[in-house]
Amino acid sequence: MSSSPLLSVRNLEIEVSTRRGPAKVVDGISFDVERGEALGVVGESGCGKSITTLSLLGLLPPGARVSAGFALMDDRNLFTLSRPALRKVRGGRIGMIFQDPMTSFNPVLKIGDQLIEPLVYHRGLSRAEAWERAGELLRLVGIPGGEARLDNYPHELSGGMRQRVMIAMGLACEPPLLIADEPTTALDVTIQAQIVDLVKDLRARLGMSIIWITHDLALVSGLVDRIIVLYAGKVVEEALVDDLYAKPTHPYTRGLLASLPTLEGEETRRLPAIGGTPPDPGRRPPGCPFAPRCPLKVELCERAMPPLEPVDGRNSHRAACWVTTGAMEMAA
Amino acid sequence: MNAPLAITPETPVASAPPLLRIEGLSKHFFVKLGAFGQKSAEVHALDDFTLDIRRGETLSLVGESGCGKSTAGFTILQLYKPSRGRVVYEGVDLATLDEKALRPLRRKLQVVFQDPYSTLNPRMTVGEAVGEPLLYHQRATRVELSSKVEQLLGDVGLSPRFAMRYPHELSGGQRQRVVIARALACGPEFLVCDEAISALDVSVQAQIINLFQDLQERYGLTYLFIAHDLAVVRHISTRVAVMYLGRPAELAPKRSLFSTPLHPYTQALLSAVPEPDPARERTRRRMVLKGDVPSPLDPPSGCRFHTRCPLAIDICRAEVPAWREVLPDHAVACHRVGEAIPVPGA
Repeated sequence: MSSSPLLSVRNLEIEVSTRRGPAKVVDGISFDVERGEALGVVGESGCGKSITTLSLLGLLPPGARVSAGFALMDDRNLFTLSRPALRKVRGGRIGMIFQDPMTSFNPVLKIGDQLIEPLVYHRGLSRAEAWERAGELLRLVGIPGGEARLDNYPHELSGGMRQRVMIAMGLACEPPLLIADEPTTALDVTIQAQIVDLVKDLRARLGMSIIWITHDLALVSGLVDRIIVLYAGKVVEEALVDDLYAKPTHPYTRGLLASLPTLEGEETRRLPAIGGTPPDPGRRPPGCPFAPRCPLKVELCERAMPPLEPVDGRNSHRAACWVTTGAMEMAA
Repeated sequence: MNAPLAITPETPVASAPPLLRIEGLSKHFFVKLGAFGQKSAEVHALDDFTLDIRRGETLSLVGESGCGKSTAGFTILQLYKPSRGRVVYEGVDLATLDEKALRPLRRKLQVVFQDPYSTLNPRMTVGEAVGEPLLYHQRATRVELSSKVEQLLGDVGLSPRFAMRYPHELSGGQRQRVVIARALACGPEFLVCDEAISALDVSVQAQIINLFQDLQERYGLTYLFIAHDLAVVRHISTRVAVMYLGRPAELAPKRSLFSTPLHPYTQALLSAVPEPDPARERTRRRMVLKGDVPSPLDPPSGCRFHTRCPLAIDICRAEVPAWREVLPDHAVACHRVGEAIPVPGA
């Protein structure tokens, strides 16, 4: 039992209704999160990374719906849970940290009142017990003063402090899975480094699984065990973190890594940029969605979506590309 | 008008007369505090900022939010009236000019903002947006207009058919290209790029960085590049100024700054930048700064960095450090230059 993954998502499809009819923003995504594993979900805006995790919590915005697939956690499909059962999952089994710590708090409630909510609701603690525990949580996430800060309102804290409070809230009930959606994007680089160190440290101490959603391939490299790369609603590559950076195989992953300027390494006059822009979800091309921007594309790419194929014969590293995985020869 | 000199970013010229000379520039804002605004306080957004911007260079301003880097850009352009100090351009102190006298100079001093979604009028086509400055500054007649617009769109890598489109039909990268074309329409010498690539997707960021570099070569532009991404700054800059809480901390040619950062704050910033290399990231020791940037309402005494500095001693709390050129063309404001920073656990 304990050897099965904590979360299994299979063939997830999410449709959003638009004026031109339904658009498939997530198109057949499958992935597992093992117990204690940190998974990085990497992609650009519109690739479907955020909406995928929102669907797990039953938080899809109006007009969006899961049109196919399932997500198994604790032997239950998260997509078919009743509303009360889903409320037990949110915060209890899956904690969530959002990108913007400015808008994710209720501005007229003390942070203490917001922090004790999950403890009272999920753990059945009394207000006084929960208040005490909330103070411990603030110290756990490195907020000096601990419980003294529970009386503060969100606007009295800096962005970095607010993100720490959000992490404390996400971890309040010690959920086995923490989803972090670009939690450092709005923060300065020195504060980002503090938050990354904090999450690493908490993971080492508490042992939860993490899904870290980001567009930043540099940031996740030291933070996660495995990465899936999304493009236009599809998984285009998945690999253990070392393999992904050592041998990026999908042309999109290669392009992303090549176009990152770095602090080390040789300086180049021009950055090797990927041409064009990601396709509009309502107007995705048939075949491989990256084909219109791909320097390696062949005629087959525009006709048929390549399957995820093992790279170097290993199932832990797979890429969806006719050209670079040798899938084309096999199909021929 | 001076012919723009073609200087590649690798060759900063310290001896040539600067394009802009900024002397003791300060900008203080007054804010109301308390529920009814009965108290007022002074925000020291920019304090005693002095530097030359050299013709043809890309000078980057880096620092955390609230460090005054955007305020510096806006005050140089006189979009904020300076509280003190001078901005000398073509022998004239811009701070002494009124709006009317500034108008002909504004054509030469342009700006590209971060968010291409809010800087374009949603009811103007791309052609109208790019054409407007051409007509206003009399750089094109109505007859020439469409061909000039077409040429500008070509300069930023957009085909002529974009002239008929509206901003909502464009992606973020395409909008930023339009904003750049509109700035170019004025025939600028100097362009302030205020986080001009920060809102773009990674794969599009690289395209726009390349575009900025191509345009600099073609038109001999001088850039003030305001950014927080140090990896991008290392790629694009000639010189880099690091700011902390309204004051410059360090100014150096790019190579010197990244290989020999002298200010403890610069060292901390560099140490916080993640690299796309899992093995290195796992083992590397960061110099993690404690706490947050203090409020500019009540900046710390002496060196403003002393509250977070691992090297701070008594003099740092008492005296503002002097601005000293320690290496060739490499200046820093720190009492403790040359002291090694203790790395925890190393």
